[in-house]
Amino acid sequence: MKVTIDGIEIDVPKGTTILQAARMIGQEVAPPTMCYYSSLKTSGGYCRTCIVKVTQGSAANPTPMPKPVASCRTEVMDGMVVENVTNKDVLEARKGVVEFLLVNHPLDCPVCDQAGECSLQDLGYGHGAATTRYEFPRREFERIDIGKYVQLHMNRCIMCFRCVKVAEQLTDNRVHGVMHRGDAAEISTYIENVIENDFSGNVIDVCPVGALTDKTFRFKSRVWFTKPVDASCDCKKCSGKVRLWMKGEEVLRVTARKDQWGEAEEFICNTCRFDRKKTSDWKIEGPTKVDRHSVISQNHYNHLNELKVQVLKQQKALGFMDINKRP
Amino acid sequence: MQLTNRKVVVSNKEQSLAERMYLPAIAKGMMITASHLFKKSPTINYPDVKRPIAPVYRGQHVLKRDDNGAERCTSCGMCAVACPAEAITMTSGERKKGEEHLYREEKYAATYEIDMLRCIFCGLCEEACPKEAIFLTDRLVDAQFERKDFIYGKDKLVEKMDARIDVSKRQTPEVLAFKKVEGLKHNELFDAKKLNKGHKH
Repeated sequence: MKVTIDGIEIDVPKGTTILQAARMIGQEVAPPTMCYYSSLKTSGGYCRTCIVKVTQGSAANPTPMPKPVASCRTEVMDGMVVENVTNKDVLEARKGVVEFLLVNHPLDCPVCDQAGECSLQDLGYGHGAATTRYEFPRREFERIDIGKYVQLHMNRCIMCFRCVKVAEQLTDNRVHGVMHRGDAAEISTYIENVIENDFSGNVIDVCPVGALTDKTFRFKSRVWFTKPVDASCDCKKCSGKVRLWMKGEEVLRVTARKDQWGEAEEFICNTCRFDRKKTSDWKIEGPTKVDRHSVISQNHYNHLNELKVQVLKQQKALGFMDINKRP
Repeated sequence: MQLTNRKVVVSNKEQSLAERMYLPAIAKGMMITASHLFKKSPTINYPDVKRPIAPVYRGQHVLKRDDNGAERCTSCGMCAVACPAEAITMTSGERKKGEEHLYREEKYAATYEIDMLRCIFCGLCEEACPKEAIFLTDRLVDAQFERKDFIYGKDKLVEKMDARIDVSKRQTPEVLAFKKVEGLKHNELFDAKKLNKGHKH
């Protein structure tokens, strides 16, 4: 099936969603996602961040769709024409969605451990809404410890349902879910039950905000002061392929490796995540490649060589002499 | 292009009798020296007399407390990441119950160090601070005999409640007006009274 997204045509198999087709094209046209997670079945459709405009339904019926559609839940039709970043209305509508997501968000980024790798932070910053129009009290919850390792800050939750899908699909005995409805909805365990399952720690990785955080990493360091390193170990329960967040020789945090969409490549077990906090536990493969513009790459000089090559190239083009070369 | 008229062309020509005697030149020099006896001295008797400094002078840092005496710093690390000299380091601590009068928010700076030898007093830390915790003041950093004494910890940086430091002059009218914008209300701290007004689950 041929589908055109932001003027770029691509051939995709039947049953592909608009979002998946856009991701096949690349990061520039792919809509942002807060609730869709490609490795979790039935995820998506809650947050409305990925809305796009369909200006032509299909080749057979070229009428445009009347409203923006959630691209993660809409399958492509042959000859469909989609507009994402090229349509001002879409960006304006998405800005509205961001405002809705932030209605009850406490904006405690200076305290939150997720700051620096938070999808909501990126989204809010990207859409440039620094002020809020919301004048009413935000809903407040007490912090809840879910088990030994995970802490739930319900204040920050945006109800993406990703953690519930993880519990459903990854762990064998689901003990947490969403209680109540609408404004009163909250992630909770059944009578403060403890989540104890080998893969329960993955709820931390899938959480797009700082609602579910690692208690072993709580307030240890801001993420941009730690250095991400890819490492692996022989683990019986999971693949053992992880990312270590190090400060000097110390392993402060272990997470799954995330791809360009911020999604975990392979889910890891709790032993790897919470108990292996020594460098000797791991076989280190090398530093993680981080986008130079990310705050994570602040104060790290992984890209110095790459930068140097670029600078030298520019200087050469301007006719500068190479001062490093001896005559 | 001629910038001054003090340019002199040096030559190797033979000196005249007056020049060889040097006496006129010495007399000219003595006249200059003597004339300074009657001019006002530019020296001031520091520390009895101090030169006036601008209200936005960037001297030694202070970590402010709020009016209740709680530390404003929440150890978010924005100052450290903004610092071009990488002079700031900190570790965070979690506030325990009963420490609400000491720290404003649930996270606080357990240690906070500025290396005054690295600091270039650019003021980017106070610009980056989202909590209005760090300010540069008009105080000078004292001279020390040892390098380690230039690393200022919280003992030297946090202001004492009995000797508070006025930083109100450092905030320009534009900044003060910006803070009153209604839409930025969410940046204010939720205090206990406000919290009880919201519907609680």
